[in-house]
Amino acid sequence: MIKRFTLSAAAALVLGAGSAFAAGAEGHVHDVDFSFEGPFGAFDQNQLQRGLQIYTEVCSACHGLRYVPIRTLSDEGGPHMPEDQIRAYAGNFEVFDPELDDTRPATPNDHFPGSNLANAPDLSLMAKARAGFHGPYGTGINQFVNGIGGPEYIVSILTGYTGETREQAGTTFYENKAFPGGWIAMAPPLAGEDVEFADEHSNELHHEAEDVAAFLMWAAEPKMMARKHAGFAAVVFLIILTSLLYLTNKALWAPHKKKLKA
Amino acid sequence: MSGIPHDHYEPKTGIEKWLHARLPVVGLVYDTLFIPTPKNLNWWWIWGIVLAFCLAMQIVTGIVLVMHYTPHVDYAFASVEHIMRDVNGGHMLRYLHANGASLFFFAVYIHIFRGLFYGSYKAPREVTWIIGMIIYLLMMATGFMGYVLPWGQMSFWGATVITGLFGAIPLIGEPIQTWLLGGPAVDNATLNRFFSLHYLLPFVIAGLVIVHIWAFHSTGNNNPTGVDVRKGSKAEAEKDTLPFWPYFVIKDLFALGVVLIVFFAIVGFMPNYLGHPDNYIEANPLATPAHIVPEWYFLPFYAILRAFTADVWIVMFANFITGGIVTAKFFGVLAMFGAIAVMALVPWLDTSSVRSGRYRPMFKWWYALLLIDFVVLMWCGAMPAEPPYSTISLIGSAYWFAYFLVILPLLGVIEKPKTPPATIEEDFEAHYGKGHPAE
Repeated sequence: MIKRFTLSAAAALVLGAGSAFAAGAEGHVHDVDFSFEGPFGAFDQNQLQRGLQIYTEVCSACHGLRYVPIRTLSDEGGPHMPEDQIRAYAGNFEVFDPELDDTRPATPNDHFPGSNLANAPDLSLMAKARAGFHGPYGTGINQFVNGIGGPEYIVSILTGYTGETREQAGTTFYENKAFPGGWIAMAPPLAGEDVEFADEHSNELHHEAEDVAAFLMWAAEPKMMARKHAGFAAVVFLIILTSLLYLTNKALWAPHKKKLKA
Repeated sequence: MSGIPHDHYEPKTGIEKWLHARLPVVGLVYDTLFIPTPKNLNWWWIWGIVLAFCLAMQIVTGIVLVMHYTPHVDYAFASVEHIMRDVNGGHMLRYLHANGASLFFFAVYIHIFRGLFYGSYKAPREVTWIIGMIIYLLMMATGFMGYVLPWGQMSFWGATVITGLFGAIPLIGEPIQTWLLGGPAVDNATLNRFFSLHYLLPFVIAGLVIVHIWAFHSTGNNNPTGVDVRKGSKAEAEKDTLPFWPYFVIKDLFALGVVLIVFFAIVGFMPNYLGHPDNYIEANPLATPAHIVPEWYFLPFYAILRAFTADVWIVMFANFITGGIVTAKFFGVLAMFGAIAVMALVPWLDTSSVRSGRYRPMFKWWYALLLIDFVVLMWCGAMPAEPPYSTISLIGSAYWFAYFLVILPLLGVIEKPKTPPATIEEDFEAHYGKGHPAE
């Protein structure tokens, strides 16, 4: 069965019938000016903590974060929460322990639980697994300018519901301007004012959507800050080294060129 | 080792003489390092060192990544996330390795197209060229299998599509495909053999790189004029050349530094730009991605593969005269491998008596068109296989074959080349007058 399936998929591709899914069905994704964009952009610690709160109170009812260790919530460059707070937070989740052959409250060393619903995708890597921007004409210029657009895609999905619904084969689909094809199986998860923030930050819909998208970007790329620092250090070091090599090279070749000029 | 006369290593102290009589390894290193190199080499000659660096970097980062990776369909994807999240510096190792593959192919394409312009493939460097082409094929195999290892959606479906190509071969295709996959479909057996080969092939490449260098150290480097180094005497040769160390080592390291600045900026600031978001979704045999797109460095040949559909007259013709054995799919596979084969045969297809494209007024334009063709095919490979892209792919593929099979053989006959400078020294002096160092 799988063999026939994969072979026919391969044949479809090679013969060019793969274009059945051709462009045109892409949803509309708008750009968001996130704090972590660009070579020097950094996660906003408060925003990540708000995003975690939204994830915990809303998203986690269905979705999981199974690749994210809970302890990383205390990492620098991330939400950077105090360890005792994380220990208390972890205790809210039940995890299965194969050694006990039973469930027990999670500890910071456990990962977040996986999805509760079979058709709710795991969100650990969602911010890197979707592209918000494409083209133009397959050149990748938009992604170069705006970034790949994973977090923007999440924001656009969360704010893209039109309120229209339709029934199909016993499932309700919700119209969403950002979703490819326009109809998504997920009911609108956020309506605005879904959570109360301790810092009294605005809980309007688009603020909530941006906060949770930022949190999911951190979940997908927790070492982003370390990576940018390493990249910056490497570039600075290489510029110095390359400048010295340039001068060395110039000095080295100079006599041969002078001799020839004479 | 070199055909160019130059000083050889003379062991002086007792211990040096003792070792040299038993194993002339110091002499080998000496001759390699001080090899006379045409002094007019321009900046297009720096990509060899970039490639050597890439191979070393891929092997070093790869060896460490293997320490933390689990080649099993149930754990591969999670183990990559473990590398990204838990392993010290693991995220940098993986991004260096993934983007390193892109730098490797970027460099190899410039290296190949430099050879195609300056006629580096021509006698007496045919063996260097052929070995280079074998290295390139092995690189493609290694890159492809490496992309399967993270076990994302593109890994799985890319492997399914590419191994499916072998299934298009008449009669023996399906058994070959099953043998490659280790089963009827891409599964754990496939992942394991790809992992094993992905670890093995870079060392085969490293061996071939040594032979590649050995070959062109025997003939001497080509250079932008295509004129041979004078080999009558050491004094004469020294007017055309400078020793590799320090002149070209420092020059190449400077160029490598410039390349690495850009490379580390990409790794540090946009490491996923060249990848595909779908590969952050774990492989799922039951869900086909909307677009299956190979990595950018395979796109030109992917476009050629897809260009020859059943409604193209040459495909219909091939199908007719072979009694249906050559199907459109098999034709596409033949075209894809053929596109690389004609490139490998270019030493015997180019009939021109002049080596360097610099002195070939007509060749220059056809060559420029080939460069554009390559970029256009790359673009078509990324686009859906539908009009107008399918038509553009077909024209692009036709030009690729025409360049090697028709244009190059004919140009040698009809073109009237300009006269290259008599010596490398003359070229070097002429350029130095304009103040372009080593250009």
